[in-house]
Amino acid sequence: MAAPLDTTPAQHGLTDHSHGGPVIPQSSRGERFTSYEVDAFEVPGGREEDWRFTPLKRLRGLHDGSATATGSFAVAVDSGVAGVTVETVGRDDERLGAAGVPADRIAAQAWSSFTEATVVTVAADTRPEGPVHVTVTGPGQGTTAYGHVQVRAERFADAVVVLDYRGAGTVADNVEFVVGESARLSVVTVHDWDADAVHVGAQHSAVGRDATLRHLSVTLGGDLVRVSSTVNYRERGGDAELLGLYFADAGQHLEHRLLVDHSVPNCRSNVLYKGALQGEGAHTVWIGDVLIQAAAEGTETFELNRNLILTDGARADSVPNLEIETGEIEGAGHASATGRFDDEQLFYLQARGIPEDVARRLVVRGFFGEILQKITVPEVRERLEAAIDAELAAVGA
Amino acid sequence: MATLEIKDLHVSVKTDDDAKEILRGVNLTVNSGETHAIMGPNGSGKSTLAYAIAGHPKYEVTSGSVLLDGEELLELEVDERARAGLFLAMQYPVEVPGVSMSNFLRTAATAARGEAPQVRHWVKEVKQAMADLDIDPSFAERSVNEGFSGGEKKRHEILQLDLLKPKFAVLDETDSGLDVDALRVVSEGVNRYTANKDKGVLLITHYTRILKHITPDFVHVFAGGRVVESGGAELATQLEEEGYVRFTGAKESAAV
Repeated sequence: MAAPLDTTPAQHGLTDHSHGGPVIPQSSRGERFTSYEVDAFEVPGGREEDWRFTPLKRLRGLHDGSATATGSFAVAVDSGVAGVTVETVGRDDERLGAAGVPADRIAAQAWSSFTEATVVTVAADTRPEGPVHVTVTGPGQGTTAYGHVQVRAERFADAVVVLDYRGAGTVADNVEFVVGESARLSVVTVHDWDADAVHVGAQHSAVGRDATLRHLSVTLGGDLVRVSSTVNYRERGGDAELLGLYFADAGQHLEHRLLVDHSVPNCRSNVLYKGALQGEGAHTVWIGDVLIQAAAEGTETFELNRNLILTDGARADSVPNLEIETGEIEGAGHASATGRFDDEQLFYLQARGIPEDVARRLVVRGFFGEILQKITVPEVRERLEAAIDAELAAVGA
Repeated sequence: MATLEIKDLHVSVKTDDDAKEILRGVNLTVNSGETHAIMGPNGSGKSTLAYAIAGHPKYEVTSGSVLLDGEELLELEVDERARAGLFLAMQYPVEVPGVSMSNFLRTAATAARGEAPQVRHWVKEVKQAMADLDIDPSFAERSVNEGFSGGEKKRHEILQLDLLKPKFAVLDETDSGLDVDALRVVSEGVNRYTANKDKGVLLITHYTRILKHITPDFVHVFAGGRVVESGGAELATQLEEEGYVRFTGAKESAAV
């Protein structure tokens, strides 16, 4: 079982929360249980630390074994990109599992239920031109699918991968990012599901010696999306930047759980997740666990989550945890803040003649600006800006 | 020529339980080419007048009228009032994180002018306006008012006044918190705005010191939520010597 954590209160309220000192969980995140076997995990009841924010009733049986696969997890990858190999492999491919092991029951369910996996490999010393698009389409309304994807950047490779989720249905999957020695892998994961989709995903990243992983997680669509991302460092010099942008509308549950496990020395991590919420019952959850193990001297880490609540009736939970087992580090910090859309800002902008819808767009784009600026793929940035504008237009009336 | 007419304006402030009347029948007419100073003790309702005219949602107009060239401003949204030609320089300008000053100014100018200003002319225009107010060019890329000192915020209010060129400007305690140099720079900015005698100014202040830089055509004493006495510039001199005691019964200085 996952060990219970001592966390800060569920709702951070509407005031800033930022403190330098570490929050020490009662039991270490590093001792977290992992297994490929579904039955090694108890069926969650909703009170467990891992599950207390997730509305289990809306999981359509992914968590209790009742959701049998009735549809397909369709993966399409750009073909013919120089330096990129795409394979469909069976369960017995020995590369699978290289980046991590399931740490909750649904990830284990997905692991034991997928029939074939897609492995995308960027060859050593290559730099494919343009991003590699991996598109996952849901099995369709009323059906369930399990999947597995592995993206490998071999040593000194340098690649951008866009992992695009779309369509409808109920989906659970494991995605692995294996970043080889001195490789650079930038991943943009876009959850742009249809409104009724349920997706529970586990992402496992293994960062090699002097390797760099840049990951941006974008979550916009779906009834319930829960993504658990774990970063492990294989050797010294690893660098992980984890960015997130989410926008929850009425009734949506969007949950992001992160664990950055600093187990080796001289690695860096930087986490920045920002979310906006609007409408009755919009709910976001952000859990940011950073563990600096005793051996991980010279670690440098910072994590930040900010939420902007645009209307009444929305709720953002934000729980940063920093657990430090050595004092010999470069730096560590975390912060979380949740605030309301500020009517005074709106008044100020309107008092300069700026119409209300334009003013709202300015403020929300400004809020997401520091993340949008970091997106190096122009088409992704433009798509996101358009998506944010569309979200605002929906509530602007 | 344009006219801003405030007629028998009654305004309450909304609180959690009920509403409290702050303005009790304000009458005032400002023509373009005129600068009117409104002076009064703290709590007399001066700022309420400014925010109520601009349309701040916290204030509720219970009766009366505010006409700009005959058009009822009170029926317009905040942004519509601004586009009609009204500008409020705020005592406490609001910080808007993530929105750069240059983006904000351009968006506001686009709204005010009805079309986006041409980039080349606009850049020059902003540069000149910033130089006139001793604002470092680096502020253009900073978030609106974020981390600005009190003086920097006030300079940027006047910068907006200069670029948007509204028909009427309400300056709410623009002098508060300014050191001697900043007061001079900001006052010069206001004087440039009125130089062509085609703009009207409602200058709200507690103290007389800004009136040494900006000469009012009319001075109104504000107390108890209405104008209680009007006169020329000499009334300000009198207030500086005597304070507001004659109007409030309490001793409160108008001098610095």
